[in-house]
This record gives sequence, C-alpha cells and structure tokens, in this order.
Amino acid sequence: MKRWLITAALTLLLVSAAGCGGGDDSDAADGGTLTVYSGREEEIVKPLFEQFEKAIGTKLEVRYGDSAELAATLAEEGDNSPADVFFAQDAGALGAVAAEGRLAELPDDVLDRVDQRYRDSEGRWVGTSGRARVVAYNTESLTEDELPDTIAGFTDSRWKGKIGLPPTNASFQAFVTALRLSEGEDAARTWLEDIKENGPKFYEKNSQVVEAVAAGEIEVGFVNHYYLGLLKEEQPDAPAANHFLRAGDPGALVNVAGVGIVEGTDDEDAAREFVDFLLSDEGQRFYPEEAEEAEYPLIDGISGPEGLPALNELHGPDIALGKLGPELERTLELLNELGYTS
Amino acid sequence: MRRPPPFLTAAAVLTVALVLLPLAYLVVRAGTGGADAWEILTRRGTLELILRTGVLVAAVVATAIGLGVPLAWLVVRTDLPGRRIWAAAAALPLVIPSYVAALALLGAFGPRGLLQRMLEAPFGVERLPEIYGFPGAFLALTLSTYPYVFLLTAAALRALDPALEEAARGLGRGPLAVFREVTLPALRPAIGAGGLLVALYSLADFGAVSLMQYRALTHAIYLQYRSLFDRTPAAVLALVLVVLTAAVLAMEGRTRKRARYHRTTPGVVRQARRVALGRWRWPALAFCGAVVGLFLAVPLAVLIYWSARAVELGRGTEIPWQAALNSLLASGLAAIVAVLAALPVAYLAERYRSPWTRLLERAAYSANALPGIVIALSLVFFAARYGGPLYQTLALLVFAYVVRFLPQALAGTSSALRTVDPHLEEAARGLGRSPLEVVARVTAPLAAPGILAGGALVFLSAMKELPATLLLRPIGFDTLATEIWRHTSLGAYSRAAPAALLLILVSAPLLLLLGARRESEVGSPG
Repeated sequence: MKRWLITAALTLLLVSAAGCGGGDDSDAADGGTLTVYSGREEEIVKPLFEQFEKAIGTKLEVRYGDSAELAATLAEEGDNSPADVFFAQDAGALGAVAAEGRLAELPDDVLDRVDQRYRDSEGRWVGTSGRARVVAYNTESLTEDELPDTIAGFTDSRWKGKIGLPPTNASFQAFVTALRLSEGEDAARTWLEDIKENGPKFYEKNSQVVEAVAAGEIEVGFVNHYYLGLLKEEQPDAPAANHFLRAGDPGALVNVAGVGIVEGTDDEDAAREFVDFLLSDEGQRFYPEEAEEAEYPLIDGISGPEGLPALNELHGPDIALGKLGPELERTLELLNELGYTS
Repeated sequence: MRRPPPFLTAAAVLTVALVLLPLAYLVVRAGTGGADAWEILTRRGTLELILRTGVLVAAVVATAIGLGVPLAWLVVRTDLPGRRIWAAAAALPLVIPSYVAALALLGAFGPRGLLQRMLEAPFGVERLPEIYGFPGAFLALTLSTYPYVFLLTAAALRALDPALEEAARGLGRGPLAVFREVTLPALRPAIGAGGLLVALYSLADFGAVSLMQYRALTHAIYLQYRSLFDRTPAAVLALVLVVLTAAVLAMEGRTRKRARYHRTTPGVVRQARRVALGRWRWPALAFCGAVVGLFLAVPLAVLIYWSARAVELGRGTEIPWQAALNSLLASGLAAIVAVLAALPVAYLAERYRSPWTRLLERAAYSANALPGIVIALSLVFFAARYGGPLYQTLALLVFAYVVRFLPQALAGTSSALRTVDPHLEEAARGLGRSPLEVVARVTAPLAAPGILAGGALVFLSAMKELPATLLLRPIGFDTLATEIWRHTSLGAYSRAAPAALLLILVSAPLLLLLGARRESEVGSPG
C-alpha cells in the first residue's frame, strides 16, 4: 500500500515537473513566446494581450498577480527571473522593481510617446494608461455642487462619519505620497489628522468603498475613477457618481499603470515589440473602447473615455510619479503613526 | 533508549529541514535589510498588533472548541435525529476559504447586506450591529476553523473504546462524571490537536482579517510587503509570528503531557451505547441548526444569490471545469506527499520519544503560522536561485502546499500513531519483520483512519490556498482559488460565486467520504 503510494506520487511528480518545466527556458530564446508578469487583472487586459498575439504573432505567457507581490517576486528572483516584461497596476510597483535594478532602460522613441509626467525620469518604465483620483459620491444624498473642489474641503465637520477610504490600498497610499510631496510633510500630517477627526470608515479595497457609497453607508469615498464603471456592471442603477477635484489639487492625482522590460531578458526584441504595441494607436485605443474600466490612454491623438473630463484638463500635483515608489515607506510610517493602518 | 533506524532519522530530518526553509529566509531578510530590526520590534504599534492577534486567536480557538466538541459528541454519541446529515453539514464549512467566508458574511450581515435589506422594509431596521473589525474577523475565522476541532474530536470519539466508559459507569459514576473523568481526558489530545490547527490557521490567515479590516499581524506583514523597498520589517514581524506559534505549540504540548491512550484494534469493536437525548433533543437540534445555519447555510445562500444575479445580469457564468481539475490534481498530490513526509516525523516523535525527536516534530509546526505570502516569497527566493528547472512548476507548487500544510498531516498521523499500541509493533519485530515491514503491515493499517484524515485536511487546505498558488503555479495553471481571486479583486462577486460554489462542491465529497468510511468501520473490525 505504502510502496504503491510512493511510486505513484513520485511518478506523478516527475511527470508533472517534466511536463511543466521542460519547455520554459527555451521558449523565449527562439522568439516564440514572451513571459509577462501582469499586476493588471486578467479580466481587463486579456483582450489586449490577445490583440497583441494576433498582430505580432508572438505568444504571451502571462503570470497574473498582485502588482506589489509580483514586484517582490521579481526582486526575490533576482537574475534568474523567467519574466521578460513587468506590466504593473501602478507606478509604485514599477519604481520598486526599477530601484532593485531589475528593469532595463527603454529606447527614447518609446518613452517620447508619453508625456514625461507619466514615465520614469530615468527611462526604466513608461505609463500605458492613466487613472484619476476622484471622490465617488452617493447621488441620493448629495448633488455635485455640494461637494468641495479640494481635498481640504473634506476636513469640514459636515463630513463627519460620511467619508470612506481604503488606507491599505496602493492607490490611496500613492495619493498620500503625492500629498506629502506637493504640500509638504506638515500639511499632509494635518490633513490626515483632520480627516481622522471626521471618523472615516476604512475598507480594504477601492471596490468596497464604491459599493459602500452606492449603498449609502457613506456619502463620499476617495478612490480611482474607474471603479464606478465596474460597480455599474454589477449594479446598473447604483446611485453613485464620480466627482473630479480642481486641477493641481493632490486629490486630482493621475497615476498610471505602466510597463517595463526586465533586466537580463533573453528576448529583448520581443519585449520591446510588446511595449511598443502597448503604446501604439491600437494598443492605446483599447482603453476607452474595450476595457471595462475606461482608463485614459496616454499617447497623443487618442481621445479619452466618453463622459469623462479630458486627460489634459485633469491636473494632479506637480510631482514625479517615479518618486511614489521610493517614498512609499515614509507614507506607510505616517499612516501607521496616525492610526490609519494600525 | 533504542536508537531509531538511520533511514527514519534521515527522512524526518530532511522533511523538517525543507519545511523550515521559510524560516531561514526570514532570518536572512531580517538580518540584511536597511531598517533596524530592534527598532521595528519595539515600535509602539508592534505590541498592540501582537495583543490584537492574541485576542483574536484566543477567542477563535475557545469558540471553535466550544462549538466543535459538543457537536462531535452529539453526532457520535447521541440519538440526535439526522445525525449523519448534521455530521456532514457541520464539517462542510471547512471547505469554504476564509476570504470567501468573509465576503459571504459581509454580503449577508454587512451594512448593505442581504439581511439589512430584508429587515429594512418591513421593520425599519436602519443599521445592523457593526460587522467590520473584530466581530467579522472572529466570525469568518470561526466559520473556517471550528470543523478542525469537530472532525478530530468526532474521530477520537468514534475510536474511543467504550469499555473504559462502561467500566467507569460500572464503578458507580454518573454520566457527567464519566464524561469529565474518562471521556474528556481521552479526547484531550484530539481537542488539543484541533485547537492547535485552529490557532495556526488564525495566526496565518490574511483573507478574513483584511476584508474585515481587523489589524492583525498578518495584515501588517502584507502591508509591509507592499512597501517593497525594504523587506526587513515584514520579516521581523513574521518572526514575531513564529514566536507566537512557538508559544501556542508549548501550550498545546502541555495538554497532552503524559497522556497515553492505546487500543489494540483498528476500528471500535463495539459501538458505544448512544445516549438518549429525550426532551434535550430540541435544544440539541437548535444548537446544531444555529451553527450549521450561520456557518454553512448563510454563506451558501449568499453565493447562490450572487450566482443568480450573474445570470440575471447576463454576465459570463462559464463553469471553470479546467480550474477544478487543476485544483484537484495539485491538492491531491499535496495530500499524498504531505502524508508520506509526515509519517517519518510523526513515527520518530511517537516511537522514539526523546527531547530531540520531540523538538523535530514541533519544529515542523513552527513555520505553519506564517502567512502564505511569506512562504511563497521564500520559496521564490530559494527556487529561483537554486531550484533550476523546478521553479514555477507543479512540483514546486505541490512542495509549497506541503510546506504550508504539513502540520495538518502531522496532527492526523501523530494522534493516530498514539492510539496504536507499540507492543504490537514490538511483537511483529520479535517475529522477525523488518522495521519497514512493521510500519507497512502493522502500524499503517491500524493508524490508517487518522493518516487519511490528515491527508484529507491537507487536501482541503490546498484546495483553498491562494497566495502561494498565485506566485508559484506554472503559468496558465488556473485553480479554483485563483479563479475566485481573479473576479473578487475587481469586486465582481457575481462572477466569483460560481467558482466558489464549485470549490465547495468538489471538496465536499471527500469530507463525506471520510465520514462514511468511519461509520462503516464501526462494527466491522478490520
């Protein structure tokens, strides 16, 4: 009985190891496949990847995961990473991998297609789509003109018990970093303390915040703009809308999802083709037309999603997105100290 | 003191060494980072995190025992109507992953949940008691873990020789005294092992505490990994978790001090006389109904409601069969390997008792309370560097499951070995059988139910595992857990629900099968 089990287990293990592990190394070298670590959700980007495969003929092998966890994975893998490309949900994760020296420099002609606000100042990653910070609000309890134009407006006691936010979420933390970098440490601390005074409700995810807004559990929530679209797919008549803050306000930050080529990839050409495609007209038109999220395309000549203010009208604070990653640690300490994450 | 055979020692040491890889990684990371480990430890928030974690774990363990032991007694030892159905239903929440449990409980009792909506219109209930924070985390974790206590206690009750209790009754002890003085002490190892699994699960869980917004240590560890630039704080906090685990292990160790309960036959020769509940039947039924209703019917109802909404909204509701097959394959392999790996460790600790075999066994548990992300990243670290072609293969994924869930196989195997009388093995040795033969012919068959139960626990845990699966699976190898994650990370519960239901559906038969096996064994000694 036991011997039979051992034999069966070992055989299965060996077969599976051979079956799954055998092909990996050689594939990328012959130009047939490209390995992508994608922190962007399969539901959203899979059609884009399929377009690429059809247009270019290179097959993609995609590992989907959380952006930060994939970034940590790339760091732990070091030189032996099977990944050729890292496609991430936010600039912070890209910045982290770049800081580990794990991203190769991108050619200028690719970088130049995107406004320099939306790429790494050292050219190691480039934004592929934009997502704006907004205030989601419940349309049954509020009209848009009741909403302040700046994040400072929400420190008023009128908003006591009415605010929701996701303090552990990467996009919220990026916003706090932007606040610190644009207004200074003291102003950031004061704002966070004042908001805390208003007894905000904390959630794990952006999507939970928007749901809570729609349910009237809270009146306003600090989130990224595209979660509303996702909610409306689940609840088409949810009473919620997005409110964009005044240009230049830290609460009007536009963050990006972006891409970088992993240092030491054995198929740099294919990796470049992939990045190229993401920033081509076809790859960029994908966002307003096909993606569920209605994110902003970042190259000139492709107009943004319908019903939203144009990207160039949205103006976050003047900070380099590349700094969001390296500054995150300090933001976490602040959030922890002020009781947002502890 | 007899010396254990060298191959046994070698196998056990190798197993434990592999299981301790994550610990080695943590030590490396804690030591080589920029931040000062001591500063992190003494930070204002760290002590609070430890306390919050401790309170949660203690509450969950106490409740799991408080629910699991009476349930087990009711379905095994009384004439409770519908015993078999209750036995199956009470075990089933084990197959619900804690993140699904948390989402479903939020869907039911959250501020915008089904219950709220049901009560709002007719009764004008504006707000249910807050579920976020401690209450939610406590409920979700209790849901996912009390079946450990229930299953192990029920198994021990079935295996308990009724002669002991009958003798006590014959000596004039009343039913309560018999339970307290004979039954309970005999059950203590099983309850302890169950409680240990509950504690380890609650220490390591991330899904429930994060969705319920309860700041436990795991939550802080995940947050630190998000900060990306310095992995030291996460490693230090994870080591704190290891220390807590050691404390829990020490406590559990005391519950089984000097306790030995051997029997000489595999099944129970005779069935214990069932206690007639009489009019206590109704409160007993109400108790079972409340537990099963809250922890099984409610989550299932929410999942079915979500699935129905997916159909109503015309959203894709393809059934992820391939993912189900992948889950079954990986989890099945993990169960087999874990049982094989646990055997030498458990055998050594039970049959060659010495401080160091005991330490070896305890050490195998110590990495178990680490959150999945820590184990996943540590295996990324080692496998990418030294694993060669094994990295990101099914073999490595199976290995990760074994590292994470070996203690569950150990708990089953150790408690099973403890009930096998070593004199039988000695007799077989005396008849000229080799040690391996003795294990295969005498020990394994006698301990089979416990060993299988351990394997089943590993299987069920692997089915639910998410963080290590995400990072270590072969590319394109979707499992049911990753399918659920794929949808819930976008808030698309209606599309996650079918995968969650399928996960429960394909895991359930194993639980039922285990139950049925035990039932049929009763009265037919093998």
